[in-house]
Amino acid sequence: MSNSKSAYSLSNKKERFDTHIIVVWVDNEAGVLARVVGLFSGRGYNIESLAVAQVDEKLKISRITIVTTGTPQVVNQIKLQLKKLVPVHKVADFKREDKAVIFKEMALFKIVGPNNKLESALKACKKYNPVLLDKTKKSNVIQITALRREIDKMSNDLKKFGLVSVSRTGAVAMTRGADIFK
Amino acid sequence: MEDQNVEHIFGYPGGAVLPIYDELQNFKSIKHVLVRHEQGAGHAAEGYARSSGKPGVILVTSGPGATNVVTALTDAYMDSIPLVCISGQVPTHLIGTDAFQECDTTGITRPCTKHNWLVKDVNDLAETIHKAFEVATTGRPGPVLVDIPKDIQFQKAKYKKPKKGKKINGKSHNHFSQRSIDELINLMSKSSKPIFYTGGGVINSGPRASELLRELVYATGFPITSTLQGLGSFPGDDSQFLGMLGMHGTYEANNAMHDCDLMINIGARFDDRITGKIDEFSPKSKKVHIDIDPSSINKNVKVDLAIVGDVKNVISSTLKSLKQKNSKFLKSNKQKTSKWWEKIQKWRSVRSLDYIVSEETIKPQYAIERLYELTKDKDSYITTEVGQHQMWAAQHYKFNKPNRWMTSGGLGTMGYGLPAAVGVQVAHPKKLVIDIAGEASVLMTLQEMSTAVQYNLPIKIFILNNEYMGMVRQWQELLHDKNYSESYTAALPDFVKLAEAYNCVGIRAKTPEELDDKIIEMLNTNRPVIFDCMVDKVENCFPMIPSGKPHNQMILGPKDQESNKITGKGKSLV
Repeated sequence: MSNSKSAYSLSNKKERFDTHIIVVWVDNEAGVLARVVGLFSGRGYNIESLAVAQVDEKLKISRITIVTTGTPQVVNQIKLQLKKLVPVHKVADFKREDKAVIFKEMALFKIVGPNNKLESALKACKKYNPVLLDKTKKSNVIQITALRREIDKMSNDLKKFGLVSVSRTGAVAMTRGADIFK
Repeated sequence: MEDQNVEHIFGYPGGAVLPIYDELQNFKSIKHVLVRHEQGAGHAAEGYARSSGKPGVILVTSGPGATNVVTALTDAYMDSIPLVCISGQVPTHLIGTDAFQECDTTGITRPCTKHNWLVKDVNDLAETIHKAFEVATTGRPGPVLVDIPKDIQFQKAKYKKPKKGKKINGKSHNHFSQRSIDELINLMSKSSKPIFYTGGGVINSGPRASELLRELVYATGFPITSTLQGLGSFPGDDSQFLGMLGMHGTYEANNAMHDCDLMINIGARFDDRITGKIDEFSPKSKKVHIDIDPSSINKNVKVDLAIVGDVKNVISSTLKSLKQKNSKFLKSNKQKTSKWWEKIQKWRSVRSLDYIVSEETIKPQYAIERLYELTKDKDSYITTEVGQHQMWAAQHYKFNKPNRWMTSGGLGTMGYGLPAAVGVQVAHPKKLVIDIAGEASVLMTLQEMSTAVQYNLPIKIFILNNEYMGMVRQWQELLHDKNYSESYTAALPDFVKLAEAYNCVGIRAKTPEELDDKIIEMLNTNRPVIFDCMVDKVENCFPMIPSGKPHNQMILGPKDQESNKITGKGKSLV
C-alpha cells in the first residue's frame, strides 16, 4: 500500500503479537458483558476465549477472563480502555508464558463406540485429570482440565476413538502462591 | 435536576416522555428549548456545554427520538463534551416486544457514551441521574445517557439528594508525582528547540487552565501551537503563537513540530489529522504528554514522559516548581532558543496562509478576515460546520479567549454549527454568536432556524457559499484526478428567500466591495440572520499536509501544488 491515497498513515512495521490473559473484575449488572465485549469488537481487538461468572454474591462482582493477542501497545490500550469503563473495578494482565500464573480450561468430550474404544479414550486423557461424568454401553462423557493447546490436541487425538461432540470453556486464571492481585 | 444546577434542557417531546414533560411545567427554574429535530437538540446542548463549561442536557423520546440524537452523542464523545441525555423508553413490560417506538437505546448508545443506564426501578432513579452528571463531568468529560421507561416515569419515589464528594470507582485520575514535574522542568531546561502543542484538554480544564497556560508560555518563552479544539486557550494574535498545526495548519507550526527536540503535549491526543504520517512524526524530539485520560498516553505516539492529570493542576505545579528552582529560566533560555526562533521566523516569512486576492470574487479567506476584523472587539462566539469553511475559520479567525470556538473536530459532523449556535446563544443571550457555515453543511440541520426564531436567538449564519461540498471537491481535485463525482449541489435554495420563509433576515453579498457593508448590516440586526456570502467556487484550502505525508512536506498553495504533486517526494520549501 505504498501508493495509498488515504490520509491515514499506514504503518508497515510488523510488530510481534503476544498472547495475554486479561482478567477483569466488574459489577454484575445488566449489559456489563456487552460493554466489555463491545469495547473489544469496536476497537478491533481480538478475543480468543472468554470466561465469565459471578464470583462474589454479596458484592455482585463478576470475574471476566479474556484471552487476547496483540502488540504490546494494543494490549496496553486494552487494559487502559477497560479501566475507563464505569462498572470495571480492576484489570489484571498476564502473559501466557508467565510461570507465576495458573491457566486452565475445561472440556467435555462425548465418545460413542464399542467398549474398547471408550476405554482407550479414557486412557488417552489420563494426563489431564479425566472425570467420567456419564457412561452407557455405547458412550462416555469425559471431562478434562488442561491448557488450550492440550485440549486442542485431545480433540484431535480422540477422533479415532469415536469422539462425536466437544464442549469447552474459555481459560480461567489464578496467580500461584499466597498473593492475590490487587 | 434542579440540584444539578440545570437551567436549560434541549428537547423534543414524544409518547414515551410525556410524563416528564407533564412535570416539567412545575419546575420554573428549568427552561426547556424546543428544537426541530433531536440531532439539533444534541448539538445545541454541545454548543451550550462548550461555551459555558456546564453539562448540556437533552430530553428525547424513545425510538426515533433516541436514534436521532446518536450523531450528537458520538460527536460529544469524540470531542470530550459533557452531555446528559435523558431518553424515554416504552413501559418496562413492553421492552423486548418490538413495541411502537421501541428501540434498544442503551444498546445503540453504548459505544458512543461514557456510560449509560436503563432505569428499571424508580427508587434508583434519583441516584442514577446524579451519577450520570458526575460521570459526564469528571475526568475526561463526555456524554452519558439515562433511558427511563414510561411506567417508571409515572411512579413516585422518595427523592435522594446528590451525595457530595463521593468519587466513583476511582475513574478520575489526577495524581501525578512531583518527580515527573521535575523531570519535565529538567527536559525544558535542556531543550534548545522546544514547542508546546496544546489541545482541547486545556479548554475542558476550565478558564483557569488557559490563564495558567499563558503564564507558562510567557515564563518559558517557548513557541506554542494549538490543535483545532485548543484554539482560544492561548491568544491567537500573540507573537509566540505559531497558529494551528495539523493537516491544514501553518507552515511554521508543522515544521516546528517536525524539527523540535522537545514537544510538550498539553491536553491533545496525537490525532491522525495532527500527526500526518506517524512513522515520520517529529523524529528527533523528546515527547511529553499531559492528559487526564490514561488511555490517551502511548495510544498513537509513544512518549518519553507521561503526566496523567488535570491540565490546570499540572501546569500550576510546573509553574510553582519553575519559580522555585529556576527563577531565571526565561533569561537563561532565551540564548538557547534564539536560533530556534530564527528558524521559526524563516518559516513564518513563507506566509503560508496567504492567498491570491481578487477584486471580482469574494475569496473565502477574505470573507473570514473581514468578519474577524469587524467583530474582534465584540467578544464573539464562533461555531462552524465541517469542511473548507471550518479550516478557513480556524486559520483566519483569531481567538483570544477559551470557550469562544465551537467546532466538530473528532467526528467532523456536517450540520453541527447551526444548532450549536442555538445552544451557545441560549447560554449567552447578550453575546454575538456566529455560525461560519458552508452551504452544504448548513442544509443538514437548517430546520433549527425555526428554533432560533421561536426563542428570539439572534444567531448569525454566515454561509461561505461556493455551491460545492468544497472539501470533497478539493480532495477530488488533488487525489482523484478532478473527477468531481457528486460534490456539486445543483438546485440550492435561495438562502435569502429561505430566511424570509423562516421569518428571519436574509442578506447576500456578491462582491468584495460590498462585503464590509453587508457584514455590518448583519451585525446591526438584532434578529437571526442567514448571510449568503457568494465566494470563489474553486478556491482550495491551503496549506495542506498531503495524504500520508509527514509535517515537513506541505503543499503551500496553488502554485506549489503544480511542483509538489501528492505522489512526488517532499522537497525543501523555504
